[in-house]
Amino acid sequence: MAKHETPLLDELESGPWPSFVSDLKQQAEVRAKNEKGVEFQIPQDCVDDLLGVLELSYKHGRTHWKHGGIVGVFGYGGGVIGRYCDQPKLFPGVEHFHTMRVNQPCGKYYSTEYLRKLTDLWDFRGSGVTNMHGATGDIILLGTTTPQLEEVFWTLTHDFNQDLGGSGSNLRTPADCLGQSRCEYACYDTSALCHFLTNEYQDELHRPAFPYKFKFKFDGCPNCCVASIARSDMSFIGTWKDDIRIDQDAVNKYVENDPAYPANAGAHKGKDWGPFDIEKEVTGLCPTGCMKFENKKLTIDNANCTRCMHCINVMPRALKVGKETGLSILCGAKAPILDGAQMGSLLVPFIEVNPDNDYEEITEVIENVWDWWMEEGKNRERLGELIMRQGFQKLLEVTGIEAMPQHVAYPRTNPYIFWKEDEVTGGWERDVEEYRKHHLR
Amino acid sequence: MSSDLLNDKEAAQKAVVDWLEKKAGSKTKFYIKDFYKIFPDDKPREIKKVVNKMVENEILEFWSSGSTTMYGLKGAGIQHSSEGEE
Ligand code: HEM
Ligand code: HEM
Ligand code: SF4
Ligand code: SF4
Repeated sequence: MAKHETPLLDELESGPWPSFVSDLKQQAEVRAKNEKGVEFQIPQDCVDDLLGVLELSYKHGRTHWKHGGIVGVFGYGGGVIGRYCDQPKLFPGVEHFHTMRVNQPCGKYYSTEYLRKLTDLWDFRGSGVTNMHGATGDIILLGTTTPQLEEVFWTLTHDFNQDLGGSGSNLRTPADCLGQSRCEYACYDTSALCHFLTNEYQDELHRPAFPYKFKFKFDGCPNCCVASIARSDMSFIGTWKDDIRIDQDAVNKYVENDPAYPANAGAHKGKDWGPFDIEKEVTGLCPTGCMKFENKKLTIDNANCTRCMHCINVMPRALKVGKETGLSILCGAKAPILDGAQMGSLLVPFIEVNPDNDYEEITEVIENVWDWWMEEGKNRERLGELIMRQGFQKLLEVTGIEAMPQHVAYPRTNPYIFWKEDEVTGGWERDVEEYRKHHLR
Repeated sequence: MSSDLLNDKEAAQKAVVDWLEKKAGSKTKFYIKDFYKIFPDDKPREIKKVVNKMVENEILEFWSSGSTTMYGLKGAGIQHSSEGEE
């Protein structure tokens, strides 16, 4: 029997989708029965109380959670999000119900053994409720009390070789696609770079020093499986400089509808789309119109290709990314809290990914961007908002990057150009006598 | 190069504590940028190191909403509440 009646929450179970309410009820029951004989360190009925307070919030149309608090583990300014219920008398099981963010392994690779250890720990010292994974990529452990925080942290770091992730005004847990470990499209080793920068910027991850949150995400190619372009203040997207590699025989196999060459590697084969049509499905959809298929030969005007990946995705056996690979850096994506949502703007069209010099070219860009944002950013201003406020040109200036055609998103709408003195030959000084030789008073 | 004030660890910490105590009547939690005013000649990343050392030494403590982090003297003000509410 449930501890609290939840008629409003029950409604949420009636739709066609899986419901978190059903999940929470199931977890409440597991804890009530406790068949595994866990020595719960936080109230056994916390999940019942979680459902109870949520029901009350629906009834009142108001939240009963306080926002924020002083919790954390020693020396860390992030990784724990304090949550306290403002109705502790009614719901003592969730008086404290803090969230812990665990830095997920790169590419989200872990063994079932590790997952079991993690969930056992969380059943023992927390509510057992998890979110795999949060938007930042972290493993989210939802709901524990203040005294349990150090205990969980100790076990994570000492027994699981595992760190907390970022929260608050920190560098957030960097996240990457699985990249070269499994994907033939990857233009660089996302996990290696993600892991390196996670270690390199430990201080930024754990000791808040920024005006607000800051996110890094790494995609091995422009398919952007972790959506870095939309979800990170600085996104690192694999790309190539040279030409798309074409295997003309394979192109013709696709055109001939050879069953061993299904479009999109068979990803959409659940429905009959009719015979493959290269004009309609590939060349006609190229966003820059830079492809042609004539006399059984596919040609690409690579100078005009934007590396959108479409043709490669459709005909993966025939087309491959180029050989001179690296990455592009984009800046300023953010969610719509102020001034609307924003995608990243291209800052560095191509940069080498060189582990041998500790990715020096990349860390230099990062640190220049941080220095500017830490100095000029207002409290709670994201990098993307600072770029809007001070201008993309300012970003180019602080990073020492020359403006180039790839930076142009659309023709300028502002007719005024203000030169700086050092940009003008001879500066602002003029020799009046020299001038008067040619121009009468 | 850091300023003399920031380089002198004790003087730097005292400057931070004095400043926070002066403000204590009206506010107990501060953004990292507020500390820049105490060290006008220093780089943000150097100031951050000093302030975070003070957290480690339990002179200061963090307050976090989950999305933003603030700093205050340990034990000062309400320990859990909403942002901007003291
Ligand atoms: C019906 C109730 C709730 C809804 C609809 C809801 C919705 C959401 C959504 C959409 C997100 C972003 C998801 C993501 O980032 O992956 C989120 C994140 C979060 N929620 Fe809730 N939430 C609810 C209740 C709660 C409660 C009761 C708590 C704590 C007691 C909580 C704590 C959090 C935290 C800490 C995060 C950030 C997790 C992360 O790092 O991604 N939420 N919530
Ligand atoms: C490269 C050369 C020139 C540049 C860059 C230039 C630029 C400008 C600009 C920016 C304005 C203000 C426009 C506005 O406020 O709408 C302006 C106005 C004007 N310019 Fe020029 N100008 C140039 C050459 C000339 C020349 C050679 C003459 C005359 C012989 C001239 C006569 C005028 C006049 C009369 C106005 C005022 C128009 C009005 O108020 O409607 N300009 N010019
Ligand atoms: S982003 Fe590209 S490289 Fe990474 S997993 Fe997706 S398709 Fe593969
Ligand atoms: S990657 Fe995109 S832009 Fe480039 S040739 Fe293929 S479809 Fe066209």
